[in-house]
This record gives sequence, structure tokens and C-alpha cells, in this order.
Amino acid sequence: MWFSNPNTVTDTVKTVGEAAKKTDTSWIMHHVLDAREISLEPFGSIHLPQFHLWGMDISITKHVVFMWIAVLFLILTFVKVSKSYKKSLVPKGVTNLTETLILFVRDEIAKPNIGKGYEKFLPYLLTVFFFILTCNFLGLIPYGSTATGNISVTATLATISFVVIQAGGMMKNGVFGYIKGLLPHGLPAWLIPIMFVVELLGLFTKPFALAIRLFANMTAGHIVILALLGLIFILHTYVVVPVSIAFALFIFLLEVLVALLQAYIFTMLSSLFIGMAYHQEH
Amino acid sequence: MNLLSYLLLFTFSGGEAQGGPLDVNPGLILWTVVTFLFLLFVLKKIAWKPILNSLNERENLIKESLEKAENARKEAEKLIAENKSSMAKAEEEAQKIIDQSREHAEKLKTQILDESKQTAKKMIEDAAAEIERKNADAFNKLKDQVADIAINAAEKILKENLDKKQQIKLVDKYLDEMNKN
Repeated sequence: MWFSNPNTVTDTVKTVGEAAKKTDTSWIMHHVLDAREISLEPFGSIHLPQFHLWGMDISITKHVVFMWIAVLFLILTFVKVSKSYKKSLVPKGVTNLTETLILFVRDEIAKPNIGKGYEKFLPYLLTVFFFILTCNFLGLIPYGSTATGNISVTATLATISFVVIQAGGMMKNGVFGYIKGLLPHGLPAWLIPIMFVVELLGLFTKPFALAIRLFANMTAGHIVILALLGLIFILHTYVVVPVSIAFALFIFLLEVLVALLQAYIFTMLSSLFIGMAYHQEH
Repeated sequence: MNLLSYLLLFTFSGGEAQGGPLDVNPGLILWTVVTFLFLLFVLKKIAWKPILNSLNERENLIKESLEKAENARKEAEKLIAENKSSMAKAEEEAQKIIDQSREHAEKLKTQILDESKQTAKKMIEDAAAEIERKNADAFNKLKDQVADIAINAAEKILKENLDKKQQIKLVDKYLDEMNKN
């Protein structure tokens, strides 16, 4: 293990540079990054199957597995919830929890941000909210991994959001009307080409920000927790243990909040952008 | 110092090391798309449609119930107001009737009183007239009787007009008779 021999790293930046070439320092990233196996540390690890399609590596990775766990969890939960509504309109048990979240997405996110015609986007918004929320929380349980802490996953989700936003705008205003509507009214003719480029860039910036925000938030918390725990081994003393644990616990609780918050923010901003594309006159 | 070096190490190794956090994995992108679209499709079918329908149904039910309750309340209020007004009306009517009958009774009383006074007066007058009449009658009778007696006495005197002695005797006798009468 890396911490059993800390003397390999000396005080000089030069040796740090040398050490950077070694992979034994990537223990934090090991927990955050995607992997080809699921490690269940004291019990060994599960090697995942690898596939190749048309020269593309489409192996099942750890984050894919955790996304599937999230999907399975959500489908099982909502089958149960859906059944409970057939029995009675009065919510009970887990239905209460999901109903609170569903109504939150509907009444606090979709309705005020999209406005009229929000019903069409509700399935997408609900799915993205619950998917991100579940993925975020899966990263907080032992042996769990945060699929939403992977830039590929968040970029894909943001791209899907982008497609939904543009499709929504084009369905409502027509393809040409939508592109025309991107420009503000009453613009001098010579400004139009510049503004068009700016607005076009703006369209792509929005999902880019969505992707980076979710990825960075989910990764940062884990890194901070691991770094705090790493302090114990770096400083080689038991004195720091209570401090590290206390701070790590604090960050963990913060992460619970962040997990909820990021799911909310992703959904909220998506619906905000959908609203902007859908009702262009504003 | 060790901590610093590790932090630096981490910073340096961040993006460029194998499998850095900003590496994009096309396989993962594909799987994310597939997974998400699958989830969207399945949840739309099994969850969002029935759940949102149920929620709408329940909201409508609650709205309707509230409206019904509100209508019922309005109806009840209207009924109460109606009751109140009709009660006030009835009371007024009753008061009117009482007043009327009181007035009527008063009138009747004075009328009866007047009538009885008049009757009494008339009766007294009648009685006085009757007494007058009776008095006159009695007086007339007495007058007749006195006349009769006088005539009888005169007759008897005329019958026994013999001598002075006899005359005196006769007068005495007659006077006796008179006294006896």
C-alpha cells in the first residue's frame, strides 16, 4: 500500500514530479474513476465483461453497472408505487415519499419554469430527476459508485437535455421560427450575424454547464472525504483520526444535501431552458 | 510538507494520468444513452402516466368536493337567511294581529259600556215613567173612589133625609162607616 512507505516521497517538488509518473498516488482517483471491475475490498472483486463493437470499446464498467442498479431500483420502486395508486388514491408508505418528490418536480420545477404546456416534458424531467438522485445516492452507500461523478455520464445526460430543449422549442415554434426567435427583437441588421453566433454559443454553453456542474459537484465531495481520511495515513498519527472522521462525516452529510440539490438543479435548469425555448417571446 | 507534496501530486496527475477524471469514454456514453432512454421509456409507461393521472384525478376529486361543500354551505346560509326573514315576518304578523285584536277589544269594551249605560239610563227613565204613570193611575183611582164614596154618602144622606136627629144619626153612622173603611 502506498501509505506504508511514505518516505518514497521527499519534500522536494522534483521528487513530487517524479512520483507523479508513478500510479501509486492515484488512490483517491481510484475511488472516483470508472473501472473495469467492482472492488469489494476485503472479499475480492467482480470482473466485468468486456465488449467491442465496430472498434469501439463498449465494455460494461463500474458506472454502467451502478446506472443499471439505479434503473432497477427505480423500476421496482415505481411499479410498487404505481400499483398502490390503483388500490387507493390516498398515498401510503413509500408512495408518500415519491409523491412528495413527483409533486415537487411538477409544481415547483416544471410548472413555474416551463409554464403552459409543461405536461409534455414532465416524463423527461421526472425521469432525469429520479435517475440523477438515485445515482447520486448510490455513490454514498458503502461499495457504491457515483455514475453521475463521471463526465461521460453527465455530458450524455446534458446532451439529452439539449436535444429535449431544442426539440421542445422547434415543436412549438417551428424549426425556422425557433432559429429566428433566438435573436432578440429590434436588432440592427449589422448586429445579426454577431448576435446569432453569440446566441448559438449560448445554446451549447447551457448543457455544457449542466454537465460540468453535476460532474464536479459529485466528484468533489468524494475527493474531499477521501482526502480527509487520507490525512490520517499521511500524517501518521492517531491524533488526527477524530478530526478527520468528524470532518469526513460533516462532508458526507453535506454530500447528502448536494446529492439532492444537484438532482434538483439539473432538473430545474433543464426545465428553465425548456421554458425559454418553448415560450420564446419572453 | 508531505501533505503539500501529495496535493501537488494530485494536481499534476489529475488530467493527464491514465483514466483521468475528464476522460471521455465512448462506450460509457453509449451505455448511458441506452440506459437513460430505456429508463425514460419504461418509467413513462409504468409510472408517470398512471401516477400523474391518479394525482390529477385526486386533485379534481378534492376540488369538486370542496366546491360541493362550498355550494352546500351557501345553500344552508341562504336557507338560514330565508328562515330568519320568514320568522321576522311571522312575528310582525303576530304582533299586528295582537295589536288589532287589542284595538278591537278596546272598541268593543267602550261600545258595550256605552250601550249598557244607555240601557240603564233608559231603564231608569222607563221606571220613572212607569212610576209616574202608576202614581197618576192611583191618584185617578183614588179620585174615582173618593167621588164614588162622596156620591154614595150623598145618596145615603139623601135617602135618610128625615129629621134632624135622624140626620145626625145618619151622619154619625156614615162617619163610622167611613172610619171603618
